[in-house]
Amino acid sequence: MTSSVMLVREHESGGVQELPLSTGPKKKRGPSRAKAGRFTPGVLLLPALVILAVVIGWPLIQLFVMSFQEFGRAQVFGADAPFVGFDNYARVLGDPQFWAVLVRSILFCLANVVTAMVLGTLVALLMNRVNRFFKVLVSVGLLLAWAMPALTATIVWGWMFDTQYGVVNYLLEAVSGQDFTNHSWLIDPFSFFVVATIIVTWGAVPFVAFTIFAGLTQVPDEVLEASQLDGAGAWQRFRLIVFPYLRSIFVVVIILQVIWDLRVFTQIFALQGIGGIKEQTSTLGVYIYQTSLGKGDYGTGGAIAVIMVLLMVAISIFYVRRSLKEEES
Amino acid sequence: MKLSRKRTTGILLGAASVVVFAFSVFPVYWMVNTSLQPNNEIRGTVPNFVPKSLTTANFETVLFEPSRAQFLPALGNSLMVTVSTVVVALVFAFLASLAVTRYRFKSRKTFIFAILIIQMIPAEAMIVSTYRVLDGWGLLNTIAGLTLVYVATVLPFTIWTLRGFVNGVPVELEESAMIDGCSRTGAFWRITFPLLAPGLVATGVFGFIQAWNEFLLALVVNSRPEMMTLPVWLRTFQQTTGTTNWAAIMAGSTLMAIPVIVFFLLVQGRMTSGLVSGAVKG
Repeated sequence: MTSSVMLVREHESGGVQELPLSTGPKKKRGPSRAKAGRFTPGVLLLPALVILAVVIGWPLIQLFVMSFQEFGRAQVFGADAPFVGFDNYARVLGDPQFWAVLVRSILFCLANVVTAMVLGTLVALLMNRVNRFFKVLVSVGLLLAWAMPALTATIVWGWMFDTQYGVVNYLLEAVSGQDFTNHSWLIDPFSFFVVATIIVTWGAVPFVAFTIFAGLTQVPDEVLEASQLDGAGAWQRFRLIVFPYLRSIFVVVIILQVIWDLRVFTQIFALQGIGGIKEQTSTLGVYIYQTSLGKGDYGTGGAIAVIMVLLMVAISIFYVRRSLKEEES
Repeated sequence: MKLSRKRTTGILLGAASVVVFAFSVFPVYWMVNTSLQPNNEIRGTVPNFVPKSLTTANFETVLFEPSRAQFLPALGNSLMVTVSTVVVALVFAFLASLAVTRYRFKSRKTFIFAILIIQMIPAEAMIVSTYRVLDGWGLLNTIAGLTLVYVATVLPFTIWTLRGFVNGVPVELEESAMIDGCSRTGAFWRITFPLLAPGLVATGVFGFIQAWNEFLLALVVNSRPEMMTLPVWLRTFQQTTGTTNWAAIMAGSTLMAIPVIVFFLLVQGRMTSGLVSGAVKG
């Protein structure tokens, strides 16, 4: 026992890790190692499996069933829910409002992913170029923005964009000389989404920037210097050298951004609470909430929810595949 | 000539850094700045970029004024739900991550696939059925009910991240402990668990932040005023206060954000690598 404690210590201090490990008695590797002991993988997995089955699996089945039922307020209070086949789906897919919401969600998602990726990459390149002082300065700023809870961030931005006393209107007027007195940002759907995009991007850029910056540090300097000697400009160096090195990081970050932005809820919901017309600004998640809990039409809400789940899972498959590939290596 | 051009670039890059910093920090600063001013002073034609007269009145309003939504009970609910979520999720995830790293079994890949997919199922889609399931068990408006939901929400990510940390503990350490007469359970408990401390802290803090910030499920599942968590409280407070008292709303936002910011700064470095580990090595 004492010897293994020593091993632990040495490992912790990060010093002589390899030596003691390689001199340790080699037993055969692989599955058969797991023979002894009370724990089997099944027992170890059981608590997690039970809770996931009960809290995710079971409601998921319920959701699926409900999407084929007529399920309104009466059913919540105990009336029978008759099966109506694909009626709910037909109603959803035939409803122009649903398509408007879907298109709006996708456009919002695309706008946010592009903005966050471009800005995040630029910030990462910036951090890679500046000296230590500025790098720390930028990091501190990004971390603060990243740590802000989405709900508080939305409320704070809502206050900054306030019609009467908002600091944004004041600054815009001071800088541009145009009249922004009592300019309402949230009443017009387009400028509502501009504000929403600012909020979401503000929260998303730190993750993008830090991740890409971490990747940038892995690009060998010699390659960059060589290309510079060969006369490559800044843009060429990024496109032909940096980008290929970072391709897989870009892919994963983009997929994650797409997933997160497509399911945006808190920011839109809270912003609608501050001001804004619900019918013209709802995205998928908010729309499900309104159809189900607002109108009490749980069957239709369920159908939309199933469509959203399928959409998200389809997109996630890319990310999952990639993660699994790493798991196997 | 070349030198001076280099210097210009340097100045430009430095200026850009300052802009990025200012843009990132300004909303956080503005929240704190507003929360420290009397409500009548934030409603002038020219906003105060630095508080003219400092006051803690807004924080007193938030903490002690009984007429509006109550902060302290909400804080209590949030703490109870969050702490129970973290403890339960860490224990379950530790066991599960041992299973997927230390054993090779047939359905191992399926399990990992499942938790990655589950992580991507949007809560928005599940609100109604989650509500009905909890209702069926009489768990609506209870700490236990919300905790149960949160454990399931954070569990996939917790398992996935802890798995990485367990992988970092050489299995040879467990083996040599077992050769020295330790049981397998003992080896997990006495060798792997303590070595995992940094990973457990990082993953636990992440779970804490997620549960602390979660808004939608709490809104639907614990809607009764005395069972609200902080995010639901903040929104209710903002709705009932309207635009009449932004200073108090900012004080409330500050109180809710501070613990998250502190915890986040402590562990952020470890978390990014978990999310993109597939990319960095692939």
